[in-house]
Amino acid sequence: MTNAKPSRLPSLGQPTWLDLLAAWLLALLWILPLVYATWTAFHPGEFSTRFAWDAPLTLDNFRRAWAAAPFARYFLNTTLLVMLILAAQLVLSTLAAYAFARYRFRGQNVVFALVLVQLMIVPDILVVENYKSMARLGLVDTLLGIGLPYFASAFAIFLLRQTFMGIPKELDEAARVEGAGPLQTLWRVYVPLARPVYAAFALVSVSFHWNNFLWPLIVTNSINARPLTVGLQVFSSVDQGVDWSVITAATLMTAAPLLVAFLLFQRQFVQSFMRAGIK
Amino acid sequence: MDRPGTRAFSGMPAIHAWLLLLPALALLVAFTHYPAVQTLVDSFRATPRGGQPAAWVGLENYQVMVEDPVFWKAAVNNLWFAVVTIPCSIALALVMALWVNERIAGRAFLRMAYFTPTVLPMIAVANIWLFFYTPQYGLLEQLRGALGLPAQNWLGDPDTALGAVIAVTVWKESGFFMIFYLAALQTLNPSLREAASIEGASRWQFFRRVQWPLLMPTTLFVLVNAFINAFRMVDHLFVLTRGGPDNASTLLLYYLYEVGFSFWDTAYAAAITVVLVAVLAAIALFQFFVLDKRVHYQ
Repeated sequence: MTNAKPSRLPSLGQPTWLDLLAAWLLALLWILPLVYATWTAFHPGEFSTRFAWDAPLTLDNFRRAWAAAPFARYFLNTTLLVMLILAAQLVLSTLAAYAFARYRFRGQNVVFALVLVQLMIVPDILVVENYKSMARLGLVDTLLGIGLPYFASAFAIFLLRQTFMGIPKELDEAARVEGAGPLQTLWRVYVPLARPVYAAFALVSVSFHWNNFLWPLIVTNSINARPLTVGLQVFSSVDQGVDWSVITAATLMTAAPLLVAFLLFQRQFVQSFMRAGIK
Repeated sequence: MDRPGTRAFSGMPAIHAWLLLLPALALLVAFTHYPAVQTLVDSFRATPRGGQPAAWVGLENYQVMVEDPVFWKAAVNNLWFAVVTIPCSIALALVMALWVNERIAGRAFLRMAYFTPTVLPMIAVANIWLFFYTPQYGLLEQLRGALGLPAQNWLGDPDTALGAVIAVTVWKESGFFMIFYLAALQTLNPSLREAASIEGASRWQFFRRVQWPLLMPTTLFVLVNAFINAFRMVDHLFVLTRGGPDNASTLLLYYLYEVGFSFWDTAYAAAITVVLVAVLAAIALFQFFVLDKRVHYQ
């Protein structure tokens, strides 16, 4: 990391061997934790701190982790949770973004500013009050309780509003001339044209909520609704003591779906995060 | 602003717009605006005990906060956490982006390696890092042992615990920020490079005089994100240190969690939340009134 500054070399095009060396060293350092976890998870416990080329491969750690905690249930919970949140976000933000992009009404700017407040005061911060709300609604330890604060996403509304505003309004008018109502126009004209943005947002949302931890930890207290991240934390802090091989196996299991998806669809992931980040 | 596309159509009644907005707005009010306001109100009341209504106590919770050494420890830690993670992760992100933007050998692999930490759950990678830092068996300790250095308990020593947490954060965030720099670099006009080359500019000059100024909007965007993250990224604390030893690595949001959900002192937790909201609001206002104005002139 000492090569933080680009070196003073006259060639503007090609990176020098020094760049190459530093870039590779950094990259190896960056994937070292993952490589290490893979090693430990696929080898017997006695090799978790000892590296030998002839160490036997095994799936035993995964088997033990799977048997030691209700990971199947956690996987189901996380999958349902992620889908529930994404579906709600897509529907709600599409409707709201359409209102902001194509209507004009009194107080529009104020309402939009109120929506943007959520970009700064993120739901993670308001956990104490939101927990009280969930307790009053009887939603503690339910998937709905975990998801509800995230259903209305200022980020999605902002992103879709930008996209909808860029769609030529002649298309809108044409649909209306043919007798389509506002919702039909939205569905037939705007949604199909914004498909890449939906895909980008979906990837970002799914990654975020697959990995989300603090709020689900607070609002769940049993395996009924507990997602993978919280399940992993409960598993590795209580059940296992120091059996590292099993913990790393569970860790890899938790991260595997996203990791595999990322490795398969690298370009889409990178582009989605780019698209979602650039306002 | 009558830019094409933003103009409303005639004959589209405002009531439709409100109906379209209603579901999202209702949820935003219920889970962002209402709790934000209610937190402020609750911070002036005592924690309700035994089913009795909470008594109004004025500034007592804030009084407690001012006299609470753990709160100050968390605040100072959070400041250090921000001061170190933000520049480190942004600088690394920039260097990574400059590298993978060039035709460097193994570019696809490099980009994948830098970005991978972003898609992994923090709680999962913290488990792996925990093992790196473990005394005696951990990878770091084995390395130090091999080099003949004295043993070090990275997470158990108050002097190094926060640093160990910061290292994990920088590792996790840099690749994410790299993406934004990479996107910005790819939009730069290639003829700038040719012109600089003809002028005989060094690479450093090209970076300093051309790339860096043009990347300024990206830097500011990343900066704001890094700032928010510095006050909301606490997942790894649950695995690595639990704020310890002796609160040496606790951060504001983690302390808020402890006060609210381990000690169940919700009134005091509300006061801490108000501080966090104030910090984030200050960042928002700074971005809105200072940064946004400047960026447009770039």
